[in-house]
Amino acid sequence: MKQITRLGLGLLLSSSLATAHADDVKIGMITTLSGGGSHLGVDVRDGFMLALEQSGRDDVEVLIQDDANRPDLARSLANEFMQRDEVDILTGIIWSNLAMAVVPAVVRQGTFYLSPNAGPSDLAGRMCHENYFNVAYQNDNLHGAMGAYMREQGYERPIIMAPNYPAGTDALAGFKHLYEGEVVDELYTQMGQTDYAAEIAQIRASDADSLFFFLPGGMGISFMKQWEGSGVDMPIFGAAFSFDEILIKAVGSAAIGARNTSLWAYDLENDANERFVEGFREAYDRTPTLYAAQGYDTANLILSALEVAHPDDKDAFREALRAADFDSVRGDFRFGPNQHPIQDIYVREVVEGDDGQPTNRLLGIAIEDIQDVYFEECQM
Amino acid sequence: MSVTLLIEQILNGVQLGTMLFLMASGLTLVFGVMGLINLAHGSFYMVGAYATAAVTASTGSFLMGLAAGMTAAALVGALVELLVIRRLYHRPHLDQVLATFALILIFSEGTRWIFGSSPMRLSPPSWLTGFVTLPGDTRYPLYRLMLIGVGIVISIALYFLISKTRLGMRIRAGESDREMIGALGVNISKLYTVVFALGAALAGLAGALVGALQSVQVGMGEPVLILAFVVIVIGGIGSIKGALLGALLVGLVDTLGRVYLPIFFRAFMPPSEASGVGAALAAMLIYILMAVILAFKPKGLFAAHD
Amino acid sequence: MTNNIPTSAVSSKPTSNSARASMPKHSHSGGSGAAPANQADSHFGRKGLVQIALLGLLLLLPVAAYFFGHLYYVNLASRITIIAMAAVGLNLAIGYGGMVSFGHAAYFGLGGYVAGISAYHAFDFTPFMTWPISIPGSDSLLVVWLAAALLCALLALAIGAISLRTTGVYFIMITLAFAQMIYYFANSWPTYGGEDGLPIYIRNSLPLVDTTNALTYFLICFGGLVMAMAVTSRLMKSRFGAALTMARLNDVRLATAGVSPYPVRLVAFVISAAITGLAGALYADLNGFVSPSVLSWHFSGELMVIVILGGVGRLYGPLAGAILFVMMETFLGGITQYWQLFLGLVLLGVVLFAKHGIMGWLAGRERNE
Repeated sequence: MKQITRLGLGLLLSSSLATAHADDVKIGMITTLSGGGSHLGVDVRDGFMLALEQSGRDDVEVLIQDDANRPDLARSLANEFMQRDEVDILTGIIWSNLAMAVVPAVVRQGTFYLSPNAGPSDLAGRMCHENYFNVAYQNDNLHGAMGAYMREQGYERPIIMAPNYPAGTDALAGFKHLYEGEVVDELYTQMGQTDYAAEIAQIRASDADSLFFFLPGGMGISFMKQWEGSGVDMPIFGAAFSFDEILIKAVGSAAIGARNTSLWAYDLENDANERFVEGFREAYDRTPTLYAAQGYDTANLILSALEVAHPDDKDAFREALRAADFDSVRGDFRFGPNQHPIQDIYVREVVEGDDGQPTNRLLGIAIEDIQDVYFEECQM
Repeated sequence: MSVTLLIEQILNGVQLGTMLFLMASGLTLVFGVMGLINLAHGSFYMVGAYATAAVTASTGSFLMGLAAGMTAAALVGALVELLVIRRLYHRPHLDQVLATFALILIFSEGTRWIFGSSPMRLSPPSWLTGFVTLPGDTRYPLYRLMLIGVGIVISIALYFLISKTRLGMRIRAGESDREMIGALGVNISKLYTVVFALGAALAGLAGALVGALQSVQVGMGEPVLILAFVVIVIGGIGSIKGALLGALLVGLVDTLGRVYLPIFFRAFMPPSEASGVGAALAAMLIYILMAVILAFKPKGLFAAHD
Repeated sequence: MTNNIPTSAVSSKPTSNSARASMPKHSHSGGSGAAPANQADSHFGRKGLVQIALLGLLLLLPVAAYFFGHLYYVNLASRITIIAMAAVGLNLAIGYGGMVSFGHAAYFGLGGYVAGISAYHAFDFTPFMTWPISIPGSDSLLVVWLAAALLCALLALAIGAISLRTTGVYFIMITLAFAQMIYYFANSWPTYGGEDGLPIYIRNSLPLVDTTNALTYFLICFGGLVMAMAVTSRLMKSRFGAALTMARLNDVRLATAGVSPYPVRLVAFVISAAITGLAGALYADLNGFVSPSVLSWHFSGELMVIVILGGVGRLYGPLAGAILFVMMETFLGGITQYWQLFLGLVLLGVVLFAKHGIMGWLAGRERNE
């Protein structure tokens, strides 16, 4: 039943074209709603829509399309939104490779793009643009923060692991940059790999004292389940991408004890966050993930800028976005010169919740006011 | 690299191979008997895993879940055969490719519609967690050892089924001459449904068993499907023996390649670069293996027939 | 049988009588028997009409859309045209040559990467290679197309030479294997972006025309599609085409006639790859972007689905398939997030109820079906 009502909502959202007025604001959302890993897109969408609903504004319409995690389809959808629907703002993309396919062309053509999840280094550095705002994180942020945290906690011989693709090599580079020490070994897995027996045996055979890994989505689930049965006793660390509320419930007990860095936690105490988490649970009957928080913040940033100017007045609207004058659910939030966040990164630990299911608990701050290292390459 | 690590990695390769065999045996049977290219075989793997996860969660029993997973896959298989596949036997292979590709889309999105976008939870039962200590102080997860055991049992059972039973005789007859078997008075359509459901059940079992180690999510069957095709092509299409050897070969080459190629490149490259190059080559390794085998043996290692 | 031969110049399968008469029952084009003789002429008329309508609408609608200011539909038409062109290339291998390639994404992707890499070096003023000869980047479409076609032909020559030793499902899988190798290589090779892909900042250019204009670019793509179809049609009417058809239907007969089937197939495979590669280069410039996703087996499968959907071995089949597939992909997505389910149902319906694809359904049977 729930699925059917969700479908109904989707229908409603995408067909709300008819009632547009001239000064209404149109937002196009391209996100991943089908196939593996689609819970990220669903949460970004749901968080975003919740913020709009709470604002009570009826002059903002959102058009939503599924990119099925395919760069060429995302690109075509972006054209559709810009050329046919003439949206003022685009948002929604989950994956870095899709962002790289869509964002440069979109912002060059004068449409605003606000990233609710991906933050590839090129878009923060040499390809930065005045119409591109990242409301989530630069890809290195969470990995670097974990490097800093592990050094501070006194781990001396970490072994690190990631898939062999740009986001993976960037993750390990970001970790090493702030860890600043020697790592025992670097393991590269394959994209979409499902069996980690070989890597686990290597990890056990090494003399590492800790493991840091970046295995987003299903890869992380597979790895942790297999890790649990292996009898290796070593603390594990990662970024929130392997430990969102939905993934750790699929992993089960194997995730307990893992520590992960995140830019947000649902038990973070501030007014905006309480309103968000309560509202989200009420509306969707589940605990939000960081993706939902990012979607929510993205919508609220847009709403705050709309108070100042309409996107047709590009310079004024851009200035309003830069000011980031909204209550972020993650606490302090501001933009650096490349329009990427400067923010605190938190550490969470996976614990057993009251209902026996694993859940994240906030431990503290891993690093304050982290900023990406690419802003110097950015000439705006 | 120590000997114990090598032994452990060989076990890992064998374990991957036995699970690939469960997938590949059904695929190769269906092709051998009915001459059907079934791209939707990975969907049965997914159905098995989802059914097992759902029933395990509600009953608390992994074994009940497994039984449910196999049954569900077999039922879905039989249903698909009756509704769709049956109309395709006399059609060109290309129509079969298009129809079973369509089935993948229907199954994947249908599953997402019913179960939602989030991955499902499925873990090995507590009596199968932990590890055993093998000679040479090698620790090996109990669950993976069990998977190897199940693989061996199924292989033997399939051997007996095909060489000793009446059903097996019909299957063999169907493989060697499709027209002949009808003339013998065998009810072909029933035989086809049974073989298809058997293949689906094996895929469902593989999905359920592996699902406890991996992520139960939409699309989980596709990478396995491609690997299973690699296996049956290496082994020779239609040959169960070929599927078994092909599966073990692919399992071992993939696992050992992933471990030892980066180490090999480290001999003459900086470590970080060597890991990357080694991993890239390891990803290509089984396809290189397949291309080399087919270049020299165009019908695989144990071709049963065309 | 003899009454059933169409007399048209656009007929896509000119085979000799003897070839058809000896067509074995299990041939790739499937089914047996022929349409009643008295229908031959009337359904040819319908077929001609459908073909003209397809091509005409594909040309006229985007032009109209452009003048009404709907740029999006012009770009959508470009996308359909390019995908159709890639499928025309694949159809030459699958439909006319009986070589079921599950790896044509390799050529599409390579063509795309030629455009991307060339533009990358032209933009940076860095040479692509310096040894043994220095090759600079180029932002000229003519250079890019030439390089894409040549490189894809070379790659297909190597892959085809090995793969064509196998037949049937083995051929399907070995072509997939080669494509997968290239996919993994592109994914993990950092120089040109790896999985993140490679953006093309400024569309490659041609002398005298403005390629950044949507309509101009569509017309270029349309020209490419028509060329590809003309090449296929000419080729299949030549002696070479007759030999290729014979190689598909009965290669023993061809061999006894003194022609070795292997080189005939290989040449067709290479031409097929070059056409698909050119389409890939056009696609990269249309999107301003190329990434390993166009090298994946999903894309090979999609191209194959488009060919089968449209009608295997029909000149206009890939066009019909591409129009339906891309339109569904584009418009179903706006209706429901479960759009792929409905896409699957439509595809299943076509294969179960419209034998010989959309063109078979719209335009009637081809004569040797």
